[in-house]
Amino acid sequence: MEMKTFKIGGIHPADNKFSANVAIETLRQLPSRVVIPLSQHIGAPATPIVGKGDKVKVGTLIAKSSGFVSANIHSSVSGTVVKIDNFEDAFGVRKPAIEIEVEGDEWEETIDKNAKIDRTFNLSSEEIIEKITEAGIVGMGGATFPTQVKLMPPAGKKADTLIINAVECEPYLTSDHRLMLEKGKEIMIGIQLLMKATKVNRVIIGIESNKPDAIELMTTLSSRTMSVEVCPLKLKYPQGSEKQLIVATTGRELPSGQLPIDVGVIVQNVGTAYAVFEAIVKNKPLVERVVTVTGKSLKQTKNLLVRVGTPMQFVLDSVGGLPIDTGKVVAGGPMMGKAVSNLNAPVTKGTSGILVMNNKESKREEMENCIRCGKCVEVCCMGLQPYLMMKLAEKAMWKEAEEEAIYDCLECGSCSYICPSHRPLLDYVRFGKSKVMQIRRERNLKE
Amino acid sequence: MNIIVISTLILAAIGIVSATVLYYASQKFKVEEDPRVDEVEAALPGANCGGCGFPGCRGFADACVKSDTLEGKLCPVGGGAVMSKIATILGLEVVEENPKVAVVRCGGSCENRSRTNVYDGAKSCAIATSLYAGETGCSYGCLGLGDCVEACTFGALSINSQTMLPEVNEEKCTACGACVKACPKNVIELRKKGPKSRRIYVSCINKDKGGITRKACSVGCIGCLKCQKVCAFDAIIVENNIAYIDYTKCRLCRKCVDECPTNAIVALNFPIRKVATETTNIEHLNS
Amino acid sequence: MNNILTISPSPHIHSGDSVKKNMRDVIIALLPAYAVALYSFGLGAFIVSLTAIFSCLLFEFLIQKYLIKGKFTLGNYSALLTGLLLSFNLPSNIPWWIVVIGSAVAIGIGKMSFGGLGNNPFNPALVGRVFLLFSFPVQMTTWPRPLGWASSYLDAETMATPLALIKNAIYGSSVSLNQVPDVVSLLTVNTAGSMGEISAIALILGGVYLLIRKVITWHIPVSILLSAGLFALIMQLVNPSVYPPFYVHLLSGGMMLGAIFMATDYVTSPMSHRGMLIYGVFIGILTMIIRFWGAYPEGMSFAILIMNAFTPIINKYVKPKRFGRVKK
Repeated sequence: MEMKTFKIGGIHPADNKFSANVAIETLRQLPSRVVIPLSQHIGAPATPIVGKGDKVKVGTLIAKSSGFVSANIHSSVSGTVVKIDNFEDAFGVRKPAIEIEVEGDEWEETIDKNAKIDRTFNLSSEEIIEKITEAGIVGMGGATFPTQVKLMPPAGKKADTLIINAVECEPYLTSDHRLMLEKGKEIMIGIQLLMKATKVNRVIIGIESNKPDAIELMTTLSSRTMSVEVCPLKLKYPQGSEKQLIVATTGRELPSGQLPIDVGVIVQNVGTAYAVFEAIVKNKPLVERVVTVTGKSLKQTKNLLVRVGTPMQFVLDSVGGLPIDTGKVVAGGPMMGKAVSNLNAPVTKGTSGILVMNNKESKREEMENCIRCGKCVEVCCMGLQPYLMMKLAEKAMWKEAEEEAIYDCLECGSCSYICPSHRPLLDYVRFGKSKVMQIRRERNLKE
Repeated sequence: MNIIVISTLILAAIGIVSATVLYYASQKFKVEEDPRVDEVEAALPGANCGGCGFPGCRGFADACVKSDTLEGKLCPVGGGAVMSKIATILGLEVVEENPKVAVVRCGGSCENRSRTNVYDGAKSCAIATSLYAGETGCSYGCLGLGDCVEACTFGALSINSQTMLPEVNEEKCTACGACVKACPKNVIELRKKGPKSRRIYVSCINKDKGGITRKACSVGCIGCLKCQKVCAFDAIIVENNIAYIDYTKCRLCRKCVDECPTNAIVALNFPIRKVATETTNIEHLNS
Repeated sequence: MNNILTISPSPHIHSGDSVKKNMRDVIIALLPAYAVALYSFGLGAFIVSLTAIFSCLLFEFLIQKYLIKGKFTLGNYSALLTGLLLSFNLPSNIPWWIVVIGSAVAIGIGKMSFGGLGNNPFNPALVGRVFLLFSFPVQMTTWPRPLGWASSYLDAETMATPLALIKNAIYGSSVSLNQVPDVVSLLTVNTAGSMGEISAIALILGGVYLLIRKVITWHIPVSILLSAGLFALIMQLVNPSVYPPFYVHLLSGGMMLGAIFMATDYVTSPMSHRGMLIYGVFIGILTMIIRFWGAYPEGMSFAILIMNAFTPIINKYVKPKRFGRVKK
C-alpha cells in the first residue's frame, strides 16, 4: 500500500536516530540549583506568585498564567526560592526566571506517584480543560503553544478530527518515539481525555514509517477503540509540521493564514497527550519532560526524563560531559533547533532534545553565487521561492516579499539544507518574514 | 524603384501618425508641476540617500517647494551651503542646523570584550540580532557584521579588522542617519560634530548592572555615577545603568573622561595633554 | 566553559550537495559521448576538446584575476564544463584558433561579463558556438566523416549531416531523404555532426545518469523531446515524401545534446517545474520551426538561446503551486 504523505516539496535528511533503542531513563541526580524561566511558552510570561525565601515542593505553583495565551509554571524541585531576576537564557538574552535552591526531593501530596493506572475518571470537557490549564501544559513538540487555548475553539468553529502528531520528523530526536513504546497505554488514555475535552470522535495518530515498532504498538492499543486510527506516513521532512501533517493524514489543505480549527482539525503532540494523562490521572503538573541527548560525537546517547530548569550543562555531564571537539550544541533537532550560546541555561518545557555537534559538523561551508538550480523551489513545502525571497530580504524589498507570500514560510530549513551553493536562504527569509509580519501588523492596527 | 518609394512613404506615414498620437497624449496626460521643483532638485547633491527623511532628492525638493518654511528641513549631505541655495530659489529663510556626525557608541573591540561563542550565520547584524544576544557576554554592543557599512552610501564607514568595530570617516560622513536606522542594536548615534571635531561621548550602551557589564567588557559603562557627580554642567545623566552625555550641554572640559574608571567615556580629536594621566586611555581614544 | 561554541541559525545540517558536485556529475554524464567522439573523430576531437577546455579555464582565470578581481571559482568545474560543452558543439576538424576565439566569447562575454557563474542570462557554451557559427560559417558547417582513429585533423574527409540532407529534401532534392542514415546509425556513431552530438545513445545514457543523481529533473528534456517529436510527427503525416519520420528528427543533430545537457543548464533555465515545462515545449517548437522553415538546417542552439532570454519572464509569471491557495 502506498503510504500517505504531503504533496509539495520536502527533503530526506539522514535520520541518525541513534537513541531509538535506548529506554527512557530518569535523571535521578538533581542539580544544586535550578532556574525556571517564566516564559517557557508562546504568549505572555507567567507572573511569579512566590517570593525570595519561600519553600516550595515539586509541583508547587510558582507562577500564574498572565493572560489568555499563557501558561502556569510549577516548581520542578523542592527547596527555597533564592532569586527572582533576569537570567541569561540559552541564547544569551536576559529573561525573567525564578531560581530555586534544591533541598531534598519532596513532592506535593496531591501528586499520585503510583505507577498503577486508574481508568475510572469522570470529568466533563470543561473540567478536563481546567485541569490542563492548571497543570501548565504546552505543546511538547517544541512550539510550546499553551494546550488549553487549542482545545477551546472560538465560537462558531467546530473540530471533527483530532490529529496526534507522533511524526518526529526531526533527525536525531527520539523522545516521542520512546514515549510511545514505553507509555503507550498512558498515551491512549491521554488521547481519550483530549477527545472528551474537544468533543471530537475521530482521532488520527500520524507516525512516520521509520518507527515500525511504534506503529505496530499504537495500532494494537487503538484496536479496542473504533474512533482511533493509526496512519503510517511515508518518511519525508517536514511532515511533523502542522500544515503538512493535516494534509498528509486528512487531505485537507490549510489555507494561508488560517488555523487548523478552520478546517475542523485540532493537532496535538504525542508528548502533550502523555502530559495530559499525567495531569488528569496522576494530578501531576508539567515539571519534567523527556529530552533526547544525542550527537555523533557522544559516547552514549540517551533519552532522559529531566526536570524543567535543570541546566543543560548538568544534563550533558550526566552523559559524560561535552567531548573536546564539540563545536555546537543545539536545543532541539538539527533542522529547526536553535544553537545554544549559554550552556548554563535551563532545560524548558519545549526542549525536545540536546544535540551535540563536533567542530567539523558545526561550521557552514562557504557561500557561493546562486546558480539558479531551482532546488530550493523544488523542496519548499509551502510552494514558495526561497532564492527570490532571500534576494528580496537582502534588498529590503518588503512589498515584493509580501507578494511572494514570505509570511507563509514555516522556517523548516529545507531550502538551506538543499542549496548546493550553501546560501543562507532561511537566515534571510526568516528575517524577511519577521519584517513583513511586523509591517502587516502595523497596517492592521491602522485599519 | 517602386518598392523603395512605397516603403519610404509607408514609414513616413507611420512616423507622422505616431508623432501626432504622442503629441496629443503628452498634452492630454500632462502633469502640472511647479517648475521650481526641478530647480531645487538640481541644487541638491542627487545622492538619493533619504537622510532628509523624504523619498530621495526629488521628494525633498517637492516638500521644500510645497511648504512655507525650511524649518526642520535639512539636506544632511549638502549641509548649509545647499540649504541657502534652496532658500534663494524659493525666497525663504535659511534655518541653521548644527552639523552632526555619526558616532559608534561601543568600545568592545576583540581585546576589550572577549568572545564567548562564534557566529557562523548570514553576515548581517539584523539576522544575528534576531537569533541571539551576540558573540560576547554583552548583549547590547556592536556585533561587527557591518550592516551600517552596507547602509552607508558615502563610504564613510568601515569595519576595523583589528577591533572588529565600525569606524566613521568624518570627512565623508554626512550625518544622513542611514547607519543609525540600519543598526539593529542602536549603537550609532548622530552627535554634534563639535568645534574642531572635538567631542566627548560615552562609548557604551550596555544597560546591564555594573558587575555583569564589567565581566563582559573591560571598557563598558558600569553606571557608577562618578561622571555625573564630576560634571559641572549637568550634561551627564545616568539611567538604566548607563551614562549619557547631552551634547547640547557638554562644554568639553574632559573631567568625566579622567574620572571614568573603565575608560568608557571617549574624547575625540583633542590634543594630547602634556602630562598624560593614563597612556592607555589616549591609545584607546585614538583607536 | 572551555568550549567556544559556534552559533548559527537553523538548519544545522546540510545535504552535502555543492556546485562542484553537480558540475562534476554533468561532466561524468558527458563522458560516454566524449568517448564516442574520440572513437569516431580521433585526433581532431582530442585537439578541439582540449583546446576548448584549456582556453576556457585560462580565460576565466585571467578575467577573474585582472578584471573582476573576485574569488577564484576555477575549482567548481564550471569553466571546465563550459569548455567541454563548447567543444561538443563544434565539428572536430575546426582549426584550434577558432576554438580559442569561441572560448573567449563563451567565458568572457557569455559568462564573466555578467558577473560569473549564476548571473549569466545565456548558456555560455551556446553563446560561444553561435558566435562562431556567424563568424566562421564555412568552418562551422564542414563536417568530417567519422572514420575512427584514422581520421586526420584539419584536412579530414567531409560528409553532410542528416539535418543538411533533410533540409535539402525540403528545398526539393528528391534523393537526399534516402541518404539520411538509418536509426541504428543515428543512435550509435555512424553519422556526421558536431563532435558531441553524433551518438544519441551515449547522450541518453548520460541523461539517465543525471536523472538518477538528481542533477536534473525530467521536465525540460521530456518536454523538449515531446513537443519537437509531436511537431515532427504532424509534419511527417502531412507530407511523408518531404518530411522524414519524427524519430529521425529526435535522434539527429543537436536534439539530444541540447535537450539533455544544454537546455537543462541551471543558470539559464526556469526555476519552477511548470516554468521548465513551458520553456521545454517552446524550445522544442522553435527548434522544429527553424529546422523546417529556417535558413539553418539545425535550430537547437538558437531555440535554447531564445528561450534563455525568456527565462526571467517565465520565472516572474510562472510560480510554483503554493500551499493553501487552492480554494477560492
